Amino acid sequence: MERVAIIGASMTQFGQRDAWVRELLAEAGAAALDDAGIDGDDLDHLYVSNMASGEFEGQTGVPNALAHDLAAQPAYTARIDQTSSSGGAGVYAAWQSVASGASDLTMLVGGEKMTHRTTSEATDVIASLTHPVEYKQGVTLPSFAGLTARLYLDEYDAPRESLGKVAVKNHANGVDNPHAQFRKEVDLDTVLESPIVADPLRLYDFCPITDGSAALVFCPESVAEEYVPEDEYAVVSGIGGATDTHVVHERADPTTMGGVADSSDIAYEMAGIGPDDVDVAELHDMFTILEFLQSEDLGFFEKGEGWKAVEEGVTDRDGELPINTSGGLKSKGHPLGASGVAQVYEIYEQVTGNAGPRQVEADTGLACNVGGFGNCVTTAILEGNQ
Amino acid sequence: MSENTQADEPTFEAAEYADGTVTYPPHTVSPNGAERVGTVDLREYEGTILTWTTSTATPPGVREPNTLAIVEFDMDEEYDGPAVRALGQIAEREDGSGETFDVDIGDRVEPVYADELREPGAGIREPESQDWDGFRFRPVE
Repeated sequence: MERVAIIGASMTQFGQRDAWVRELLAEAGAAALDDAGIDGDDLDHLYVSNMASGEFEGQTGVPNALAHDLAAQPAYTARIDQTSSSGGAGVYAAWQSVASGASDLTMLVGGEKMTHRTTSEATDVIASLTHPVEYKQGVTLPSFAGLTARLYLDEYDAPRESLGKVAVKNHANGVDNPHAQFRKEVDLDTVLESPIVADPLRLYDFCPITDGSAALVFCPESVAEEYVPEDEYAVVSGIGGATDTHVVHERADPTTMGGVADSSDIAYEMAGIGPDDVDVAELHDMFTILEFLQSEDLGFFEKGEGWKAVEEGVTDRDGELPINTSGGLKSKGHPLGASGVAQVYEIYEQVTGNAGPRQVEADTGLACNVGGFGNCVTTAILEGNQ
Repeated sequence: MSENTQADEPTFEAAEYADGTVTYPPHTVSPNGAERVGTVDLREYEGTILTWTTSTATPPGVREPNTLAIVEFDMDEEYDGPAVRALGQIAEREDGSGETFDVDIGDRVEPVYADELREPGAGIREPESQDWDGFRFRPVE
């Protein structure tokens, strides 16, 4: 199996954008080609991570549209949909295409256009991933977060404030990310006094609705230096994907994300490392509670102790294990199909030493992308050559 | 048994499998892969609130606010499979206030039938693709 390198990356401004999905994808795709110093027609494979362009704007066939816009024909194209983890699933597909030898040069572009819909409509598009018996009760992904947060706080005696501190931390990190939707610090009182969305969670416990796109270029490590200097590429040293139950209430322990544990076990084994070897991580903080659950199920902290790490500053940018240096989905924004790609973009920037004011000391980084409420998960580990 | 149970009312159908496990909703096979052998009517069981939330930002066609709970049913003594649970709305009080019952973790509840939990066709899902009636939960008196 070929070892796979990432040799180029880009992300667009995240936020409320006038551009439609095809234009967002083309913007990120062109920038990543430029970053890797290649043209569209150099690509063997071109993948698009996107959850719902048909449902959001009535545009289907986006991979072919993107290939034409970037003059990438006759590259093989496919759209990767795994709901909120479409980006991570795209990283998996792109890695697989190169690792298997099927492609010598693959680009992945993730993108979503959402903000032209009302919050209620966008929430319903996302909630449509649920089982009919959940959907008819009016469940939303935010309500799963409220249900799980109440159980977590009760079971582990965690203070409500600890969830608020995730939002405060990630907003502080987002200030230094020029691509982030929000570049504004928030204080704990603002979080704790914001309107209730899904009791006990409030507005600032949730990520925003976002337009945006991000892209990555992959090739075999054996030829990476033909494109970029040695210290400018990263290796995907481990990657794993897993699913959990479709019906959320059927999980043995609703405060455990089985897909996170299972996908990271695979990724750690492939990379030959353990959770203690990770220097920086991007987690899927669509809701503040998810950062606790993932940090525990990835093995960074004991079950029920993730909240203490946030309280103690362990996961701050200058802490022992910085989490969400990009600002996370919380402040960077969450354009569904783009998010998993943008998480790997941040880790790539960190392990190649290009993260600017967000830079931390990192040789090894991890990105965990979650679809549904942990229904589908991919975990990717990147190593730099610094 | 729930006071509200009526013979002509739809059942609260869970599936029973050859390995003795019960799931709600029914699946093609049990979590261990065993085939389906029958059904269990969850109207006959009470349960306990595992957790709850009140959602104030609800999708089209859903009541606002929408209080939801995950309920764990008390199955028969001989049952030793995985917990049988359902996610459901909390029922409205019968005093005409339009407000739902107050609930908390550990409260005892029972299912109560509702002929429409959410307005079909208001949301994104094709109205004919699923049913829209079902069961809410109310505190056991």
